[in-house]
Amino acid sequence: MSNEATLHSQEVIHGAAHAHDHGHGHDDHEHHEGGFISKYVFSLDHKTIAKQFLITGIIWAIIGAFFSVLFRLQLGFPDATFPWLESILGHWAKGGRITPEAYYALVTMHGTILVFFVLTAGLSGTFSNLLIPLQVGARDMASPLMNCMSYWAFFLASVVMMSSLFVQTGPASGGWTAYPPLSALGDASIGSKIGMDLWLISMALFVVSQLLGGLNYISTILNMRTKGMTMTKMPLTIWSFFFTAILGVLSFPVLLSGFILLLFDRHAGTSFYLSDLFVAGKALSNEGGSAILYQHLFWFLGHPEVYIIILPAMGMVSEILAVNSRKPIFGYLAMVGSMFAIVILAFLVWAHHMFVTGLNPFLGAFFVLLTLLIAVPSAIKVFNWITTIWRGNLRFTTGMLFSIGFVSTFISGGLTGIWLGNSSIDIHLHDTYFVIAHFHIVMGVSAFFGTFAGVYHWFPKMFGRYMNNTLSYIHFWATLIGAYLIFWPMHYEGIAGMPRRYYDYSSWESFKQFNDLNFFISIVVIAVFAAQLLFVFNFFYSIFKGRKVQSTNPWSATTLEWTTPINPGHGNWPGEIPEVYRWPYDYSKNGKDFVPQTVPLSPEEEKEGH
Amino acid sequence: MDAMSLQRKKIHPHKYSLWIAMGSITMMFIGFTSAYVVKRAQANWFTFDLPVIFWISTFVILTSSATIQMAVKEFRNRNMQRYKQLITLTAVLGVAFAVCQWIGFKQMNDTGLRLNGPASVSFIYVIVSVHLLHVLGGVVALLIMFGRAFRTRVRTYSSVPIEVAATYWHFVDALWIYLLIFLSIAR
Repeated sequence: MSNEATLHSQEVIHGAAHAHDHGHGHDDHEHHEGGFISKYVFSLDHKTIAKQFLITGIIWAIIGAFFSVLFRLQLGFPDATFPWLESILGHWAKGGRITPEAYYALVTMHGTILVFFVLTAGLSGTFSNLLIPLQVGARDMASPLMNCMSYWAFFLASVVMMSSLFVQTGPASGGWTAYPPLSALGDASIGSKIGMDLWLISMALFVVSQLLGGLNYISTILNMRTKGMTMTKMPLTIWSFFFTAILGVLSFPVLLSGFILLLFDRHAGTSFYLSDLFVAGKALSNEGGSAILYQHLFWFLGHPEVYIIILPAMGMVSEILAVNSRKPIFGYLAMVGSMFAIVILAFLVWAHHMFVTGLNPFLGAFFVLLTLLIAVPSAIKVFNWITTIWRGNLRFTTGMLFSIGFVSTFISGGLTGIWLGNSSIDIHLHDTYFVIAHFHIVMGVSAFFGTFAGVYHWFPKMFGRYMNNTLSYIHFWATLIGAYLIFWPMHYEGIAGMPRRYYDYSSWESFKQFNDLNFFISIVVIAVFAAQLLFVFNFFYSIFKGRKVQSTNPWSATTLEWTTPINPGHGNWPGEIPEVYRWPYDYSKNGKDFVPQTVPLSPEEEKEGH
Repeated sequence: MDAMSLQRKKIHPHKYSLWIAMGSITMMFIGFTSAYVVKRAQANWFTFDLPVIFWISTFVILTSSATIQMAVKEFRNRNMQRYKQLITLTAVLGVAFAVCQWIGFKQMNDTGLRLNGPASVSFIYVIVSVHLLHVLGGVVALLIMFGRAFRTRVRTYSSVPIEVAATYWHFVDALWIYLLIFLSIAR
């Protein structure tokens, strides 16, 4: 089945209204008859859908990060009042101080927004959409319509989640994991009322979006590669998107099962998760349920979810490090193999989030072992990144800086994972700031560094312009230094036993000593937030006013996306799709700086047995 | 054009997507049935007999699998009259399946096995209705195919859509048989 044929079968389905020109070697690809709506709004073009995911993700990132600034104000200045808070939050910040209810709502929404809406949809939605067809040599996705529906399902999920911020009883506030019984009983807290329903509806739509997208990514990668693009000639970015999609397609449905049972518990009087409960002094009739059951279903997704977040970043970092070191990636097959190992292990470690639920210690021992095994593929990857840049001819573009930063944060966050993976240490550190520090560095900051690296590196392909360099460098250093200043001290707080999710630590004798540290962290949070706004400004300014890209291949890279015109139309290549002859990492080879994938093997190379 | 003939040997991307989607739906039901197994291992598990009509609905959905397979064959032979009759019959059998399941729910409810009763009963309602939604999704797909068969302006000669629909239909059929066996044995 050719790419052309798929695009055209789409047209048969949607009729003439969406008549795009997918090109048979004509030069009129830019010509879209549908006009503004079908070009920019309900677009079927994977590149436009990628930009929609990116910009929606950026908006969510600003909101989610701003929420963290708000709750850090409470933690860093527990006695101060900020009258402007009352003017934006109303009765949620009476007298200029965030109420406990608002604090829990902010923490919950910060987690939900960043984990799902920014680092899942915003990250893999953007780059899987942009890069898969461009790097495997396809005109578009296997099903452009499903791709478009994937974005709009995400948009609907966003609208529902956003609307939950404005209901009278506030958004969900029982933590981003939505554990029952708190999340199942509307009378248990105000955040468990309509806000929790909207949260569940939004997340169900989000799962639909992820499944539609994931199906497409997998079948595009497996079916739509251009001639010569065997699986082992694919860039590591594509491998990482492939594994990410597999994880999502297999784990999100299980989360949906858990949510469906939770909805029944909330509204149909069932007792899947509820048993022997008292609310406001009254005994509930629910009997025989198990709250731990939800945790199993949740973490069966929840753990793969962290790899869904980090794998795309790993793939992009591998690519950007090789391009900017002018060296082949070190250990290509080991990279693919270790990603595969991570995918398998991702499904076998979920109970390490549940060591303190009364889990059988013998069972726990298996989960400890499997969790620690993840250190092996992770270490292989780190080793390969370092050996890739080792003695390379480094070009410190911002994409490269953020990639190196990624490796740094991935190491420092990954090492604390070995602590937490041991159940005996975890029992002490569970639900403390140590956990916060660990996962923010290894999964939050690292994934953001991967995203930023990707945005800076592929911005010229997305918009035909460069981002401003000075602002980019300020953004990088402020983010790298700031991230360590924020999260490094939290390790000490966590080892001292300071629990997460508390509203006010200043009245605790044991944690009073950290008042100054919390103040310091909050100050840095505000500074880093400002630096991110600099990035947002740079991004939108450069779309319209950035320096124009003059060459089709500004980074002298080997992969296929740089063989398209500077501003490719729908269909990506004006003529035939190029054929591929070699792997994507022929840098500094036989005296040549780089050899694109489209260059046939020379007679000498063929003799070497490629 | 070499590239095209090379790619043509491969499975159609839409069929491929369907297989992945079926894997995904399977994972969802594995989630449900695992939850069922975990819950069953805990104290106070309540056992009861499934309504007999579930076996009749099994017969209905098995028949509909046969009719949709015949519809694919007729489509390939461009025997459009028979094709339309057969997909209509399949859709009707799909609706009949839904009615049977509904009667099953009603019978359970009448004998005091209510949705808000013991978890073992609630599970039956939830699992069977989520499966039913997937069958009804297939009915909607068949209605679209039916409308398309009457279209005169644009004619489709590709048998891919009906093949995709048929594979999905067999899948929800097999899923139901798995669920029925599972729910009968693990009581």
